Amino acid sequence: MSILVNKETKLLVQGITGREGHFHTKQMIAYGTDVVGGVTPGKGGQWVEGVPVFDTVKEAVQATGANTSIIYVPARFAADAILEAANAGVELVVCITEGIPILDMVNVRYYLDHINTRLIGPNCPGVITPGEAKVGIMPGHIHIPGNVGIVSRSGTLTYEVVYALTNKGLGQSTAVGIGGDPIIGTKFIEILEMFEADPQTEQIVMIGEIGGSDEEMAAEYIAQHMSKPVTSFIAGQTAPPGKRMGHAGAIISGGHGTAAEKIAVLKEAGVAIAHHPEEIAEIIAAKISS
Amino acid sequence: MKLQEYQSKRVFARYGVPIPNGEVATTPAEARDIAARLGGTVVIKSQVLVGGRGKAGGVKLAHSPEEAETVAGQILGMDIKGLTVRKVLIDEGAEIRDEIYLGLVLDRVQRRVIMMASSEGGVEIEEVAAKTPEKILKVAIDPFLGLRTYQANELAYGIGIARPLVRQFGEIAYGLYETFVKSDASLAEINPLVVTPDGLLAVDGKMLLDDNALYRHPDLAEMRDLDEENPFEQEARRFGLSYVKLDGEIGCMVNGAGLAMATMDMTKLFGGSPANFLDIGGGATADKVAAALRIILSDENVKAVLFNIFGGITRGDEVAKGIVAALDEIKPNVPMVARLVGTNEEEGRAILADANMITARTLAEAAKKAVAAAHGELTA
Repeated sequence: MSILVNKETKLLVQGITGREGHFHTKQMIAYGTDVVGGVTPGKGGQWVEGVPVFDTVKEAVQATGANTSIIYVPARFAADAILEAANAGVELVVCITEGIPILDMVNVRYYLDHINTRLIGPNCPGVITPGEAKVGIMPGHIHIPGNVGIVSRSGTLTYEVVYALTNKGLGQSTAVGIGGDPIIGTKFIEILEMFEADPQTEQIVMIGEIGGSDEEMAAEYIAQHMSKPVTSFIAGQTAPPGKRMGHAGAIISGGHGTAAEKIAVLKEAGVAIAHHPEEIAEIIAAKISS
Repeated sequence: MKLQEYQSKRVFARYGVPIPNGEVATTPAEARDIAARLGGTVVIKSQVLVGGRGKAGGVKLAHSPEEAETVAGQILGMDIKGLTVRKVLIDEGAEIRDEIYLGLVLDRVQRRVIMMASSEGGVEIEEVAAKTPEKILKVAIDPFLGLRTYQANELAYGIGIARPLVRQFGEIAYGLYETFVKSDASLAEINPLVVTPDGLLAVDGKMLLDDNALYRHPDLAEMRDLDEENPFEQEARRFGLSYVKLDGEIGCMVNGAGLAMATMDMTKLFGGSPANFLDIGGGATADKVAAALRIILSDENVKAVLFNIFGGITRGDEVAKGIVAALDEIKPNVPMVARLVGTNEEEGRAILADANMITARTLAEAAKKAVAAAHGELTA
């Protein structure tokens, strides 16, 4: 077991003929992901890396039976791409695109409340279940299969943690990048719930950052509902208030969303806090040996 | 992107929000002419993108064109929280009987736009929220229905607006919501919205725009005030870099926002402090690395530079070539610490070995070395 993606994943790539889409299609196929089709309006009938391209998601789903899609389309078209996939009955949509206007995401997220599609992202590295499927842009080779579940708002910081875990021989069940935007499809709590229910996952790493209150809400959830140990790192302890730290969602506003606040409530919820990313692997290893 | 007060109010006015008559001046003489045209008492307001202008002496009354000239002369050129005042707004004075607050923000938890109103106008809303949170009323707006009349009514009656003004309050609330949605704002605020003998008037306004949506608002994008921006932040934006200047001594160049923050934090953890946040993003080409390095080194406080690159899809050897080319061009005179891991890390390290840099394997080691180098305890 694992969560979200696995050997049953039949993947559609939206924006497959673009530079990013094409490059990552190749990478995902090389990793062993079952990429069944691609979509680019106006390019239907072409082939990319041995994968058939369709004009619409609806057509592609009918022809291939795809259950998951990944989106690499430019920001101004990405909200529409998410809605198109949701309407075509795709169960899981992973949106890599960064820079989608926030009010577009307010509408998309609201629409998804009424439809049976899960969105991961936007502005995220995607999801990987090592050895089974890579639906994202992360370097596949740094991951190994195992029992640590990872959920994170960041990309390269997650790779950093995975790399440290792998170097200690600690494999991962699934690593999920939920994205760095203020409005995202799936939040920490929903992923924590999946890891708690997943028999393969034994420990969980949650990587947060300044801005918003999702970590605080996760802390409450962990205290009340989680039996599996959670280790966390919160980035941005040295970030000044009122300045956006790269990610659209990483901003301390009105004095709220600081790393110190988040760390305090997580500690109170029984979460082990790492002082730096590499320390996460040491904490996880120590928990296993005890 | 932040708009100046006069810009925010002009955008509000497009959607039917009443604002005072007023014009912008850049010289005392212009201020005198504007005051003469407006007649009577005027308010002279510094236009800088920081809060607390009033307390800093940047907002003053003038009762004649001559006084307006004198007062504008005092305010223009004034320094407010590190920003030089280059423009003043001359607004017609209003007879203020009461001050209220009306604002729109995005609520990340509810994933909706929220309208807030308070009887406590004229002070910062954060202050009201901290001291008397019960005096702030909120309604969450359904994105498909928009702001409804009953919601504006709930706010109006809730904060005790005089009955004859409720209808006008509703129109202003609707106008502000239209402004927010049609401009892709992330904040739109009228503070204060004042009660005058002639009805309600938006005497001060603030707007933040979503940078990601500026492409569909070229008229608003043009309003960017380059005088107000740190020149290095401007330069960074030109190269697609995300840069925020801080006060420390260790320059940081990292790929990825989360990792960049974590790297900053680690310099602090090991006894130093970060000079900046800088995310070079994916595909660190030589010209991008060079631009980033120029920006970092333009800060005189920088005593060492820490490169932390996690090669994912970006290959380590390519980044290393970018760094070497950038160093060749810039020839920095502070110590450089490089940590390169991930895809093609060995090849990358081999390239950097000849570049006279301090190298490290782990992030912790890199941060410790950068702190030591900045303190003059370590050289390449």
